[in-house]
Order: sequence, then structure tokens, then C-alpha cells
Amino acid sequence: MTVNFRMDAPQPRLLDQTGQGVIHKPLDRPEGPLKVSGRATYAAETHLPGMAHGVLVTASIARGHVEAIDDSAAHELEGYLGCWNGERFLRNPAQGMAGAAPVQPGDRVDFRGQPIAVVVAETFETARDAARRLRILYSEEDAVTDPAEAEFETKEDADAARAVAEALETAAHRIDATYTTASHAAAAMEPHASIAEWNGDQLTLRSALQMLRFNALELADAMGLERGQVRILSPYVGGGFGSKLGLGPEAVAASMAARDLGRPVRVAMTRQQVFETVLRRSETVQRLRLAADSGGRLTALAHDNRQFQLLGEGFAEPVPQASRFLYAGAARSYRQDLGRMHRTPSGSVRAPGEAVGQLAMEAAMDELADAVGLDPVELRLRNIPDAHPGTGTRFSAHGLEACLIDGAARFGWDRRAGPRARQEGDWLIGMGMAGAARPNMLVPSEARVTLAGDRATVETDMTDIGTGSYAILSQIAAEMLGLPAENVTARLGDTDLPGASGSGGSFGAGSSGSSVFLAAKDLRGQIAALMGAAEDGLTLKDGLARAGNVEKRLADLIAEPIAATAKIEKGEMAKETHQSGYGAHFCEVAVHALTGEIRVRRFEGTFAAGRILNEKTARSQCIGGIVWGIGAALTEELVHDARTGQPVTRDLASYHVPAHADVPQIGVTFLQERDDAANPIQAKGVGELGISGAGAAVLNAVANATGVRLRDYPATPDRVIAALAAAGL
Amino acid sequence: MQITLTVNGETRDMDLDPRVTLLDALRDHLRLTGSKKGCDHGQCGACTVLMDGRRVNACLVLAAMAEGAEITTVEGLGRPGSLNPLQQEFVACDGFQCGYCTPGQIMSATGMLAEARDGWPSHVSESLAGPVALTDGEIAERMSGNLCRCAAYPGIRQAISNCAGTSAEAAKEAAE
Ligand code: FES
Ligand code: FES
Repeated sequence: MTVNFRMDAPQPRLLDQTGQGVIHKPLDRPEGPLKVSGRATYAAETHLPGMAHGVLVTASIARGHVEAIDDSAAHELEGYLGCWNGERFLRNPAQGMAGAAPVQPGDRVDFRGQPIAVVVAETFETARDAARRLRILYSEEDAVTDPAEAEFETKEDADAARAVAEALETAAHRIDATYTTASHAAAAMEPHASIAEWNGDQLTLRSALQMLRFNALELADAMGLERGQVRILSPYVGGGFGSKLGLGPEAVAASMAARDLGRPVRVAMTRQQVFETVLRRSETVQRLRLAADSGGRLTALAHDNRQFQLLGEGFAEPVPQASRFLYAGAARSYRQDLGRMHRTPSGSVRAPGEAVGQLAMEAAMDELADAVGLDPVELRLRNIPDAHPGTGTRFSAHGLEACLIDGAARFGWDRRAGPRARQEGDWLIGMGMAGAARPNMLVPSEARVTLAGDRATVETDMTDIGTGSYAILSQIAAEMLGLPAENVTARLGDTDLPGASGSGGSFGAGSSGSSVFLAAKDLRGQIAALMGAAEDGLTLKDGLARAGNVEKRLADLIAEPIAATAKIEKGEMAKETHQSGYGAHFCEVAVHALTGEIRVRRFEGTFAAGRILNEKTARSQCIGGIVWGIGAALTEELVHDARTGQPVTRDLASYHVPAHADVPQIGVTFLQERDDAANPIQAKGVGELGISGAGAAVLNAVANATGVRLRDYPATPDRVIAALAAAGL
Repeated sequence: MQITLTVNGETRDMDLDPRVTLLDALRDHLRLTGSKKGCDHGQCGACTVLMDGRRVNACLVLAAMAEGAEITTVEGLGRPGSLNPLQQEFVACDGFQCGYCTPGQIMSATGMLAEARDGWPSHVSESLAGPVALTDGEIAERMSGNLCRCAAYPGIRQAISNCAGTSAEAAKEAAE
């Protein structure tokens, strides 16, 4: 029997009453020893007998049709097995939570880098050679590849825009500034890869994916199979950040070839293909208009954006997502202009919305603080709304004020000098800060927990993409069942197991964690019954069950394994409250006055995100987010050739993700918080909170250091030098 | 072609296509998939192994070029239950998230610590001669060829720093 639970009302804080004391603890990841010894097996790393090797071939035109593929030169190679394309081939990975195949364009080409065929051979080396020998005949059509030529679809609430315009006219202080952010790539370290294996009409796919419950539906749909005919295994995933939310073209390519060949086929994307083919974050142009009264209180806010997408894709970056609720202001407007272009389509990349939206919004807040003559922290404190400023919905646990105060104290914000006031040799030193917010969500998730003696197993198709799922799911079950964490084993990443939320949108821990909590809670009831006691009179600790004056070892009490399955979904609380994690970032930079080089010297982040399930893994999540913020602010730029649509910075030498030397030691602090409206474990997501506003803290520090405001990101040395020169410095 | 390598102390004879890289020889032919392929172009460091004691990007070395060499991969350092001190520190300091760059970071750190012990200076070293003090900045500089998109950098450097102390002491003791 499955426990079905809807989050309709606040739940008791059971995890604060259980006594095992493993929840919250900074425990090591249970899979850590496998990962540090090279024994964790990622998607491309299973060796199956008779496995053949595939290499994807991508389009070298931006728009048109593949008229013919001539592989006669490949046939000269010993071990060449063939070339596949056609109706089932995917144009691009599915968008997150699609649950159905993405566009299958047949012979049509919609962007440069679109996978159009897979070449398979006995060895990888032969397949790679064969792929280069293909002669592809295209019929080419005119394509819009230059943003300046794109046609835009506009979404705007005219009444709201008018109200903002009116408020701006009468405001004591106003800001009207336009910022640009570059296109970003997730660039997970593990390139997308799949191994397809058929057993009769059953397909097993080993792949690098984040959301298996949805991916199984996508695979079945793409291949024309029933859901029951496919199984996906992703026990270890080498990073995702949104790029592995949806089934990728290499999975279908491998599945097609494997079926025809009657043997397993592996297809791994090259790094360049990952940059060309996998959904990216769109470049944006953002116009921020803020109006404030003489005391710096916001009266109006407009956060407009221009961004780009390929025709046929529904996703748009929710650029103003956090701007909608983070600060007060009666009049609010958010215009979106979505341009259609023949470039690699856009999709979810870590913190879609906040990652770029807060880069601009928090910079604009800094500009407003200057205009009003207020400390940037004080400006934010004055603008914390009492309820959602757009809808009036009440907030659940809201930690922004506490984060701002804690972070400022920890960082030593009171030592911040005025603009361009600190210099060490050729280095200009400055401090900056920003607020952070990322909405919390609950997504249907199911798990099974089995207790055999004093050992428990958690089973769900949840993935661990580095997020810490193995650790936290084990800890939740251990805490609830009164077991040391090492007595719990989590089995994840297999669609034969109960279907989880998957890893995305920062909802994985809260959603899948709650399903494990509920299943374990059901087991507590079963244990109480075995003890002949009421559930609320039961204490479970260190493998012992206690009720009244009876004490039994679980090892003795549980003669036969007992199991429970539970499923959670969102309910009334999602309507009655607006839920979000909050944070505050503080940063010190040094800017070289002559070379324009920017060094991040210090960084402190304070976060309030409900219950922190494992302080170690949550901390790493926040550090990761902050470093992504540093990358977006300073180095990351996916450049396309406007004439051809060709991605230019399509490898890790030209797309600059932050390296060791770009990242100082980073301070992360979590505030004590429980969010009773979020879920029964009172936890909110942290995977994307750290990125929200982090880059703005860096750029605000640059403005403080130099006295010059940069509005085009990343702030690479050339842009810094140009901005300093323009200011006559 | 016939190629003989010593991998983690074991002699391995292989019959390989001359185009096979050291990385693919390890991963696909010897089934040592601990060494990772992040870019296949020498840009990420995920494939770092030791070749005759020095770190190399295994994707940039053809297996044929490594004929007769002694190769150490992450599998050769320790296994679950008997991890070496650096591996243990990576676990304790959460010097990884997804784990994909991790074997490369660990092998690179192993090679780097040896370079520092041998007095090799880096771009940020105070002087070109004399002993190297492995500050956070020194470690960051010397490890910057190993990218980590999860950005576990602070934990990675903490783990290395914890071991740098012990390995420096061990070296000193050995010298005495
Ligand atoms: S795989 Fe060798 S450096 Fe990236
Ligand atoms: S741990 Fe994921 S890339 Fe380093």
C-alpha cells in the first residue's frame, strides 16, 4: 500500500523530536569512497559484451534539409557498422519535465550543431574516422542567426506598464539602466553519454540524466515504445545543472543503432558537441527601471527582458522570477521580448531566471542605493515586503532580513569605503553585496523504505548529480528509524524503483526527502504496532525501540523485513503561501587599474532555506552556486558567430568556467530556520539559491572599487578597460 | 600494435589501434574507468594520471607513446575501505560533488605535491629557488589545470592542504 500525502497544512516538526541526531549533521557522502577511488560508474563506463561505438555527426548549416548522406568512404574502413538518422532522431534534448519526445525534425536542420546522424563502428577510433568521412549534401535556406535580425514575440501587461511609467515620473529617485548578460553553457564535467542495450523488445539505457521518471516517458515516446519497455539507469551523474534534465539526442541515436545491430551501442558526445547541441541559457538584454521615494522605498519596478529561442521550443528564461517578490513596490511590470533565431535552443541552466535576472536586478538596486545615498544593505532592509508584492500572498518562513544582517556582520561590511577609495599599488579594492532568493517547489515524488532488522534500504529513482541525494535520503531514513546513517543504504537512479521528482529546480531534496520521510514515518507506525504501543509513544534510537517500559532491539523485533512506500504532492500550502529560500552575498574584489583583471578576494554568503538536511553537502551546493555567479559575472560567455550561428567558444579552453585560481575560500553560513509550509521536513532547496545575486555582489564590488559601473557581462578585462577609459580613468 | 604498460604496478600487454589514447586504453581496454574523459582535448584535467611519477593529461598521450611507462591511476591509490590519506581528505572535506573531475583532481594533487617537494616553483611562488610553502594561493595556482564545474574548489584545496602538511612532515622525517 502506498501512503499518499498532499501538503495541505503545516506538519509537526518530527525531525526535531527524533533522537538519533544524524539529521543536519555534516556527514560524509556515503558514495564518497567510490567516487574518490574511481569506482563509481558513470553513464559511458559500463562494459557490455559486444558493445559497438557511435559518434554523432552534427549539422554544418543553420537551416535547411539533409538531402543525402554518402557514407561510401566510411565503408572502406574495417569495422564500420553503419550510419543512422531519420524520423526518430532528436533535434535537441527535451526540455525539463517534458515527459514526451522533443522535436524530431526528420531531415530538417534548424541550427548549426544539430545532430543529424550517428556513425557506428567496432571501435571508437574507427567511428570517429568514419564520421569525418561522411559526405553530407544539404539544401540550405536563409536563416536568422543574428540577434539584430530576429523577430520578437512580446508579452506585456499594458496596464501594469502604464502604472510603472506614472510612478517613475513622480518618483524622488529613479534608475533606468540596461544590462546585458551573455549566453551560458551548463558545461557539466561529464559529457552527455548513453549506452543502449536491447533484450528482445525491452530497452535498457545507461545515461547521464537528472529526471528519470520523465526521461523514461521521453525515451518511450521517441522510440515508439510503451513506458514498460524501457528502463533507465543513472546511478552516478557527472553534473547536470539543467543540461541533463531532458533525454538527449545521443540516447535515441544509441537506441536506434543498437536495435538494428542487435548489440549494445555506446554514444558519448564530444565536448564540442555538448556546447553545440545541449540546451543553453539565452543571452539577455535587461532594462531595469526603479522608482523610490526620498527614503529609498521602492514605489515601482519594471524588469524587462529580451532573450532568444529556437522556433518550436516553449521554454523562456523566467528572467524576473525573483524580482517579482524580493522587494516591495506597488507598481510592477515585466515585459518579455522573445526573439526567434536559428541557434542552439535555450533551456534550463542552473537557476533559470535568477542566474541572470538577479545579476541585473541586484546591480540596479546598487545603483539606486547610490542615487538615494543609502547603504546598499540598508536600502534592501527598507524594501523587504510583508507579503508577496504582486499577489498579496503571505510568505512562509522569510529570512532575508536576518541574512542581510548576519552576512554584513560576518563580512565586516562596516569597513566598506566609498567608491574608488581603496588602492593597493595598481589594484583598486572594493566591496559589494546583493540579496538572493529562489522560490521553493514541491514536485510529486515517491520512495520505498524497507527495514530488515536494524538495516534499512531507501529506494527511489531519484538521481544524485552531485547534490547529495545519497547522503540526505539516508540521513532522513536513519533519523526517522533511529539508526546510525551507515545502517541505511540508498538505491537511486533506476526507473524500476518508485518514481521521484528528479533533480532540478532545487526541488529534489524537499520533494524526494519528504517521500522518504513519509515512508519511514509509516514504518514507525508499523514498529509501534509490533511493540503494541502507540506511534507517539515510540522512541527509536541506535537500533533500539522503546515504548513505555518496553525496550527491544530492532534486530530482534523485525524478524521479517517490513516496507512502506509513500508519495508526496503539493497541496493547499503552495497556494496559501509564497515559499522561497533567501540569502545575502558579500564580496571583496581587487581590480587591476591597468590590465582590467578582476580578482575575487573574499566571499561570504548567508542563507535561510528551511531545515538544512546535511550541512556539508548543502554548503557545497551553495559554494557551487556562488562560483557560478562569479563565472557569470567575470568569465563565462558562449559566443556565436552572428553571420552563421556557429557557437565559437565551444570548448573549455574558450568558454571560461572558473578555475581554482579564480575562486577564493568561500564562507557559507546557514541560519536556523524551519519552513512549515514547504513540506513535512521543513526544508527548502539550496542548489540554485547560491547563484542568485552572487555575480551581482561581485560586480557591485567592482563598481565600488573603480567608481565605474559596468553593465555588460561578463566583465572581462577588455570591457573593464573600455569602461575605465570611457570614464576618463 | 603491441603495447606494454605498467599500470598501478601490474604489467599489461595490449594489442591496440595506434590511434588509441592512453586515456581510452585505460578506460576501454583495461576497464579502469576511474580516469575520466571531460574534454578529450587537454582542457579540463579530468583524465590526469601519473606517468613515470609526473602528472599528464592521459587524453593527450597516445598509448603508443607510453610504451614501457609506469602509469598510476586513481584506482592505484586506494580502494573503498583502504583509501589513501588524500582520498580520505577529499571525502572529509567534501572536495567533490558529482565526482567526475575528482580522480583527475586527486591524481593532479598527488603529482603537484611531488613537484612542490622537489622545489618546482609556480607562477605565484615568492622565489624560484628554495622550498615551496603550499599556501592556498600556491595550491590554487598549481591546480588550475583541473576544472571542477561543481566548483568544489575550496574543499579540494582544503583536502590537499591537509595532506600537504603531512606529506611535508613525512618528507622531512625521511630526510632526517
Ligand atoms: S579529458 Fe583530458 S584534459 Fe579533459
Ligand atoms: S565534482 Fe563535479 S565537476 Fe568536480
